[in-house]
Amino acid sequence: MSEASPAKAYALHLGVIALLFVLSFLLPDYYHGLLARIMVLAVFAMGYNMLFGYVGLLSLGHAMFFGAGLYGAGLAVIQLGWSVPAAFAAGLGCGAVLSLIIGLLALRTTGVAFMIVTMMFAQVVYLAILYFAAWTGGDQGMVVPQPTRVLTFGATSLDLTNPTVRYMAALGLFSLVLLITLAVVRSRYGRVLVAIRENEERTKMLGYDTFSNKLAAVIVSGTICATSGAAYALLFGYVGSSFASVQYSILPLLWVLLGGAATTLGPLLGTLFMYYVIDVTSGYTSAYLLIVGVALILLVLFFPKGILGTVRQRWLGWLP
Amino acid sequence: MTDKNGFFDLSKTTLTRRTALKGLAAGAGLAVAPGFVRYSQAQSSAPIKIGFQSHRTGIGAAYGRWYEKTTAAAIKAINAAGGINGRQVEVIIEDDGTDPGRGAEVVGKFATQHKTDIVFGTLFSHVVIGSAPAAGEAKMPYFVVSEGHHVASTKLNRYVFQPGITDVKSQIQSMAPWIAANAGKKVTQIFPDFAFGYDHRDYLPPALKAQGAEVIAQIAIPPTESSFTKYFPQIPPETEVIYHVMVGPAVLTFVKELGEFYGSNRPQLFGFIDSLEAVDINSPGLEFLDGSHFWEGSPRYAQPDDTEAQKAYRASVGIDDNGAAVGDPKDVSTAAHMFGCWETLYVVKKAMEDAGYKGPEDRAKLVEATEALKEFAEGPEHPQGPKTFNGKIHQCFGIQNISKVEGGKLKVVHKTKIEEGLYEAEGDYTTQAL
Repeated sequence: MSEASPAKAYALHLGVIALLFVLSFLLPDYYHGLLARIMVLAVFAMGYNMLFGYVGLLSLGHAMFFGAGLYGAGLAVIQLGWSVPAAFAAGLGCGAVLSLIIGLLALRTTGVAFMIVTMMFAQVVYLAILYFAAWTGGDQGMVVPQPTRVLTFGATSLDLTNPTVRYMAALGLFSLVLLITLAVVRSRYGRVLVAIRENEERTKMLGYDTFSNKLAAVIVSGTICATSGAAYALLFGYVGSSFASVQYSILPLLWVLLGGAATTLGPLLGTLFMYYVIDVTSGYTSAYLLIVGVALILLVLFFPKGILGTVRQRWLGWLP
Repeated sequence: MTDKNGFFDLSKTTLTRRTALKGLAAGAGLAVAPGFVRYSQAQSSAPIKIGFQSHRTGIGAAYGRWYEKTTAAAIKAINAAGGINGRQVEVIIEDDGTDPGRGAEVVGKFATQHKTDIVFGTLFSHVVIGSAPAAGEAKMPYFVVSEGHHVASTKLNRYVFQPGITDVKSQIQSMAPWIAANAGKKVTQIFPDFAFGYDHRDYLPPALKAQGAEVIAQIAIPPTESSFTKYFPQIPPETEVIYHVMVGPAVLTFVKELGEFYGSNRPQLFGFIDSLEAVDINSPGLEFLDGSHFWEGSPRYAQPDDTEAQKAYRASVGIDDNGAAVGDPKDVSTAAHMFGCWETLYVVKKAMEDAGYKGPEDRAKLVEATEALKEFAEGPEHPQGPKTFNGKIHQCFGIQNISKVEGGKLKVVHKTKIEEGLYEAEGDYTTQAL
């Protein structure tokens, strides 16, 4: 990967954000709503990408972090009657604490064992949600009531169920996380993460504490995923165990692989692509997952590093 | 009369080529204007669009397929009889994958892309609960056929209705008098350790207690379990009735292992047919169920005393006397639940006609008209039986069937009364703003 000037990289990312902003005024209602959801889930994918793409740690349990944010924020509103900002902070806090604990335990393993351990922990979280059904709503989940999803600033209030407000809130969150991700991967810390991915032993020999760096990456990754979960609960009003199931551990992996692992914009592209393929094909056949599977195989064959990963490899070496 | 000085004085008009072209352009413009001609047509003859949120894939696929068949039959009958308010009805189907996240997206798609008049047909509770916020935000009337207690709990919103099928709380409550009087007073419950099971766990004990019977043990089985023998020693020996509501593919193993555990000397068995919807009651391993009893919303097998309305409904949907698809005896229907689609669509028709519904701008009127409904008489529109409707909790109440497995068929041995399933309202949707 050749080095890009910071201005070029930031210009590209700001351009994407500007495009998403403009799209808010151009898209038909349905795609406007869908894109808001995609941006929130792209944040989930970006969190996953932080660990998988840049550190090379393949987790099969990231749904637990999304779930921590989802339930942390949702339950704070439903059971404790907290305001939206406090509930959002609660979701982030839950994700940060959970990722610290999981990181301390799971990082004792590597490779396949890391995958299995993260998957098992995610199952524990999923089953705990089912077990404590009296508070969590179990497999049916719970609705975050519409009147509570309001952001109040003094005398003014923003209704998060309003499509425009929701889109802008999702865009704001997406933009913030995108720029943070870009800053992190371009920072000295980001270089260390890539060094760990490429050769952990050599990084250790250079004097870096790889465990601490990896732990920090798990916490950053888990907290970003929890941010997405918290936003999902507050913006879309539903908290349910299916979002903590194994399916939602696999999905961010697919989104990142599609868009391009270790590319900052890949998670958005992958999520967008997958959503639209499902949305369009499900209108024609109930075997749409077969079409998704074929699309994935074709992408792996012709874009083995994902869409943006391949673009970077072949044409735009400076892509971050 | 001619107005020589006014607009209609054509004698002074000279038609130039430019004027003619302008006139033609204006006429053509009006003809293709999106809001003019089509709008006036929409008010009169454009079809009413119903968005059907179907479980075509995922865990609910077997139900989804039969819900679609029943819906198609009902729409055909409604259209043949002149439609709703003189307009034909068109159904647009979207698959929600039996997933609450996708369910919410599908409701959004119906509201903003297909621009349907209502959304209808969802069964699985988690999909209903996941989709309800989207329906409420879009102010989209959302008629579910789920049997969950979530609508009646008043935890959803004013746009969600369940007028075509009773909810599980009411069903359980209706079963208690018969169980206590006919099966036994000491009941052990075996249920899956998730929400469907919890409804039975929570609602049966008080209902039985009111009838002088009691639940003496509750055995929750984790949803991941594939073998059940180790749980059976927990069944107290004094148990007179085992009340079981296991669902999913594991039910065959459950019944087989229960049979091996008890042999021929077993307590009475009572279950909910949900366990065996779309499953042939004569499947290998289910022999142990012979002589046991099941709740059925609507009977799977044709009964000697079926009403003409019930017979006509079965013929329209295309199920034979054994509750399987006509021409394919292995394609067993979800008869106990799918009638809810048929009946819900007729409730929608009645509410739209009462509201003088013309288009999406009348959705609030439709909500109020639905809330104003009180009773549905048994007949071609409601072949399962008579119902009452509580507009405050958006839930209907009706009769239930208790059927005995006899000679490889389910024979209805008791029908409950509507009153047995009534309970105190837990809230009031009508106090919410539209």
